[in-house]
Amino acid sequence: MPDIIDKNVVQDVERLGTNPGDPLPMLDGHVSHGRFERVLKDGHFAVTTEIAPPDSADPDEVLARASLFDGYVDAINATDGSGAHCHMSSLAVCAILTRVGYSPILQISCRDRNRIAIQGDTLGAAALGVCNALCLSGDGVGAGDHPEAKPVFDFDSISLTRTLRILRDESRFLSGRKIDLAPKLFIGSSINPFVPPVENRVNQLAKKIEAGAEYIQSQYCFDLPVLKDFMARAVDMGLTENCYILPGVGVLPSARTAKWMRDNVPGVHIPDSVIKRMKQADKPLREGRKICIELMQQIKEIPGVSGVHVMAYRQEKWVGDVVKKSGVLDGRTPWSPNSAETTIGTVN
Amino acid sequence: MYSLRRWSVRHARFMEALYNTVNPAILVTLRGITKVFGTKLDKPITAAEAGLKGLLFDCQMCGSCALSKTGMSCPMNCPKTIRNGPCGGVRPNGMCEVKPDMKCVWVDAWDGASRMKNSDAIKSIEFAVDHRDKGRSTWLKLAREGETVNDKEATNA
Repeated sequence: MPDIIDKNVVQDVERLGTNPGDPLPMLDGHVSHGRFERVLKDGHFAVTTEIAPPDSADPDEVLARASLFDGYVDAINATDGSGAHCHMSSLAVCAILTRVGYSPILQISCRDRNRIAIQGDTLGAAALGVCNALCLSGDGVGAGDHPEAKPVFDFDSISLTRTLRILRDESRFLSGRKIDLAPKLFIGSSINPFVPPVENRVNQLAKKIEAGAEYIQSQYCFDLPVLKDFMARAVDMGLTENCYILPGVGVLPSARTAKWMRDNVPGVHIPDSVIKRMKQADKPLREGRKICIELMQQIKEIPGVSGVHVMAYRQEKWVGDVVKKSGVLDGRTPWSPNSAETTIGTVN
Repeated sequence: MYSLRRWSVRHARFMEALYNTVNPAILVTLRGITKVFGTKLDKPITAAEAGLKGLLFDCQMCGSCALSKTGMSCPMNCPKTIRNGPCGGVRPNGMCEVKPDMKCVWVDAWDGASRMKNSDAIKSIEFAVDHRDKGRSTWLKLAREGETVNDKEATNA
């Protein structure tokens, strides 16, 4: 018997590494060492969420915020100066998270860094164990608390996506200079099907996929018919064959906040009917979660969808609750540091 | 000029036809001029291009003109200078996230492209611009590129 146990331990060390933060072995046909790619390629319905980087230099704060999602999400997006506000950097948040084995998604916005900085950061992120990147254009500087800053926008999200593919697949910088060890990142981008030009958003998706996006996370979806139409067209065009689509959902706290978000957060579309429902609810907080749960369940049924991205700014403590109640994980428990023995993809 | 720029997008089909007719002539002329005068007339030629395209498209002289692929809407007027737009921040009324009084350059671009004969050109990816070309003439660049191509062909032949 001891022999068998020893053998298992040896296999586990080979499989998982000795430390949960170590990269997993890369599987055939995979592009990254990451768990997020494994979950999607295994055909599971994936759940991702967003961590709000702290206004602090405290790594424990990052880990405390991440632990709220334990057992409910497959990957955690670390936002990159979201809303053009200054916070701890996405790269640093990701590096802290990889130390304990989380699967963070490095959000890269084009607003603050040029092509030299971005390529350097990408290598650095991969060296620190980050396995996923999300390419974004970024909010304009005027949306944030440093409107006097110089907007960079050397790239847009599509040029950025293509650049990351060049770094990874061709193992070279844009200049042509060789990279000794390419950054093995699973590369994604975002889409907003809910704002004009609605009829051309699917063409924008096609461009992002052509540029090299392997997964897509969308802006908040509160308008299911628009998403259904968008997904139907994406499926017709064959866009979901080589790309995983994870529509975004949100947890609204009140009708007032919903209205404020619609008016002040770029790209957020919330139909009047949703705001009315929040207004009429006796317990708006609970109603907000209920709306989120219903949306997740309905989104899961849409052909071509591979998961959901739950964005719950200042409502992070409810992410686990909505994911659990929605049942979208089908009883699966995603990896968390407390279940380190089950590092590979899923726990049933 | 904003109103003229919007007019150019609404008449993208006409502008496309005009471009297809006039552009080869301009390039042939410039090729001749650059052969005779070298770089001596670069400044006035660049100024002429900036003036004309500035008037019609609010051209920002990025030096990598993409108007024929962006529905005749100059992408450098986008506050984020996005070359493959739009971004996700467009307002419900189609106005720009950053400049609420301006129509999103890329909402216009897809609209302009839909009016054009080559309406699929917008679907191809434009890589980030070479910032060294800012302020330089695209016409001269194309004329000289043409020259190099012709020279190469001549050498090969």
